[in-house]
Amino acid sequence: MPKWFMPLVGINAVMFAAAPFLIARADYESTMGLVQKIFYFHMPSASMFLLSAVVCGIASARFLFGGSPRQDRLAYAAAELAVLFGAITLVTGPLWARKAWGVWWAWDVRLTSSLMGWMVAWAYLLVRKYGGPGSDKLAAGLALFGMANVPFVYISVNYWRTIHPKTSVVPTLPADMGAALWFSFACFLLLFILLLRVRVHLEEQRAKLDTLYLSLDD
Amino acid sequence: MIRTAWLILRKDLTVEVRSLEIAYTTLFFAISCVLFFAFALVKEGKAPEDGAAGILWISIAFAGTLALGRTFERERQSETLRALLMAPADRPAIYVGKLLGIVALLVAAEVVLVPLVAILFQAPLLSHPFWLAAVLISGTIGFAAVGTLFSAMLVRARSRDVLLPVLLYPITVPVIIAGVRATAELLQPDGELALVRFWVALLLALDVVFVTLALWTFEPLMTD
Amino acid sequence: MQRSLPLLVLLLALFVNGPAAAQQPQPQPQPGPPAATDEFVPISQLPAQDQLPAAPLLVTAYAFVWLALFGYLVSVGRRLGKVQREVDRLESDIARGTRT
Repeated sequence: MPKWFMPLVGINAVMFAAAPFLIARADYESTMGLVQKIFYFHMPSASMFLLSAVVCGIASARFLFGGSPRQDRLAYAAAELAVLFGAITLVTGPLWARKAWGVWWAWDVRLTSSLMGWMVAWAYLLVRKYGGPGSDKLAAGLALFGMANVPFVYISVNYWRTIHPKTSVVPTLPADMGAALWFSFACFLLLFILLLRVRVHLEEQRAKLDTLYLSLDD
Repeated sequence: MIRTAWLILRKDLTVEVRSLEIAYTTLFFAISCVLFFAFALVKEGKAPEDGAAGILWISIAFAGTLALGRTFERERQSETLRALLMAPADRPAIYVGKLLGIVALLVAAEVVLVPLVAILFQAPLLSHPFWLAAVLISGTIGFAAVGTLFSAMLVRARSRDVLLPVLLYPITVPVIIAGVRATAELLQPDGELALVRFWVALLLALDVVFVTLALWTFEPLMTD
Repeated sequence: MQRSLPLLVLLLALFVNGPAAAQQPQPQPQPGPPAATDEFVPISQLPAQDQLPAAPLLVTAYAFVWLALFGYLVSVGRRLGKVQREVDRLESDIARGTRT
């Protein structure tokens, strides 16, 4: 692991420990009250979910058209993180919605397209695991379609009548809520980078294992 | 490029017409799907609201998945896909030819399914025939565009039968949603055509995105 | 006689149970439907028993985040440990020039 890794892990841990204090200090939202504080982890994990999907898509495109195994390892790692952060988003969201909207789930555009994107990430992992030879390219093709979904997920709330808050909420946050949100966002972004590095390291070790086995067969 | 695609389409149609195996079995499967849903969802002699639109599109999706699997299985067994790839033909042309074949098969199935659904659910499916045809064709192209790409990719993979739906259904969710909403709007006695136009525009945009992505990735995906 | 005994028992059972079945306890008279409301009365704060408590939802959300992240780290760590051990084993085998 590179030299910057462990120090950054330490910094990230401290940030995550500090985040709840900032979140507690932020004002309550007038209509939603206490439950709105889920926002400070829900929005960053949703952003990391979309970011993972984009990283996976770009790495997949570079793998398909360039053939670099490093890009393939990056794509695999990003897809796994997309499933992780997507799961966090899809659990924290309904917990918030139960109080704010009165229902666990609604079939509006944002939720439906996010669920669909999450299923594409799962499908990527299934294909890599069970697809047999050639599954790396197959999954890469799938990831490209999944990436095409990301801008749609983001702008869908602005163009359709939905129950989900619009994207205009974030830029217009009052100061203390904005501070809590962006600090949590930084926590999650750093975490994303660290998790990606660890997961890519796992893939690199697996590749090393494969080459070792192959060299033994000679 | 067009000539190659046309040749491939003609080849597929010729092979199919000889036995009509895939056509008959796909059609029968689609009809039994519709009936199955009808039995499951009809209560006190009436289908649920919007039931006809949803049932039609689900049957098309299921039958389409089956048809895709069977078509490429046939290619795999005779190793014709490898032969096609070795031939000096544009890869994208091969894709377009196969896509047109699948679309033709599904449209043929829809020609039978639409009247059947109309009869079973007393749905006025033929009140706006032009718009209904636009919805069905653009939706079918969207579904088949992704399906043809993934089926071709899966020809050499393991567990290909179960992986095709796993890959295909999440990606084609927008196509199905748009198709069902548009069809349901067309079935309303006072449906707004403006809304139908919107859904058809969305379907056409999805078609463009999917076909472009598929044409772009077909070559690298099919080479070893 | 013996063959018709079971039949007799059955008939007897039916006779005994028949009147008993007929005498089901009368269902309690249901209260009539509430009177239709003719106007809505606004209230600015729901009474406490109608409000859904937010704290359990909030705590569950954050707990899930922690568990998911921690669980993922454990999963990656385990997989990494397994692969690392295998790599080390192979490398030492190669260094020693032996392989079973």
